[in-house]
Amino acid sequence: MTILTESDEFTVDAANGLWLAAADAARVTGWTLKPEGMCRGDQCVPLASTAVVAGRVDVEAFWRRLGNPVLCSDERETWVLGAGAEERNAALAGLMAPDFTLPDLSGKPHTLSDLRGKKVLLVTWASW
Amino acid sequence: MWQQLFGDLKDHSFAVVAVAVERRGAEHVRPWIEQAKAAYWCLIDPEHRVASLYGMANVPRAVWIDERGRIVRPPETAGSTDHFRNMDQKALTMSAADQAARDAGKAFYVNAVKEWITTGRHGLDAPAAREKLPRITADIALALAHFRLGVWLRRHGAVEEGSRHLAEASRLHPESWNMWRQSADLEAVGRAAGPEFWARVQALGDKPYHKPPDLPGFPT
Repeated sequence: MTILTESDEFTVDAANGLWLAAADAARVTGWTLKPEGMCRGDQCVPLASTAVVAGRVDVEAFWRRLGNPVLCSDERETWVLGAGAEERNAALAGLMAPDFTLPDLSGKPHTLSDLRGKKVLLVTWASW
Repeated sequence: MWQQLFGDLKDHSFAVVAVAVERRGAEHVRPWIEQAKAAYWCLIDPEHRVASLYGMANVPRAVWIDERGRIVRPPETAGSTDHFRNMDQKALTMSAADQAARDAGKAFYVNAVKEWITTGRHGLDAPAAREKLPRITADIALALAHFRLGVWLRRHGAVEEGSRHLAEASRLHPESWNMWRQSADLEAVGRAAGPEFWARVQALGDKPYHKPPDLPGFPT
């Protein structure tokens, strides 16, 4: 199945909804399963005892617990683990320009943070 | 629009990053980009990632980023004004006075960027920049998730299901012209600027389509 996050796309093996092996859960979410719950850096979020079974994590339940949006396609084959409002506002309030990598016309990728040391005018436009 | 400015400031440590918000991909925007003869980065953003990261709801939007990578002006219109709202909607023509006013807005904005690059003027300190950040609500965050799924599903052949998620995104985040207009464009090229678009603009009433940038003396 496919999982879409804010800036990535993952193909993972999942069972029965979004139950992922702990290693896949870490790869997709950036949070690691530990005895105290799901952890990132020095922060841990406890999981309900029903959300971990035999080394697999109910990532849907965990993501909702963080207060973040979770969506799936009708056939439950494509999932979105969205960034929540709190996380988005906190990121912006830090005032560090959110980084991204996008291709130019020839497909060559460019990364915003490579321009550190210059003033940058970032502008968007559309043909429509 | 930016090549002249970029050329004028080539002796300064300055970069322009122009991002085409375009689900249809590079080939669709190639003519515009080639015509601009741009020496700066012209990037293609089929997933609207920049809009999502920066909380932009319309185009064109600009963000000023300083040498340390910090936002010193959050997203605002890059000098576009609302004069287009007076245009003849069938002929798509504007009066000479409205065209002049629109051009004056763009010129003023370009000059403000120039002042920032050369003197630092108009760059905001952290509290003032924070004050102007967009506020992302739970509905907007959910809308962004629906938009992401809708775009992906359409790209992978599930057109009807994808459109359903795009419609839900617009319902949750009605202020996002990016979401509504991109979705309309995917239904049919031209629809993003068709009668439904004009009806939505009309429905704004006294509210601006492009809120003027907060620059002292900006002509409105």
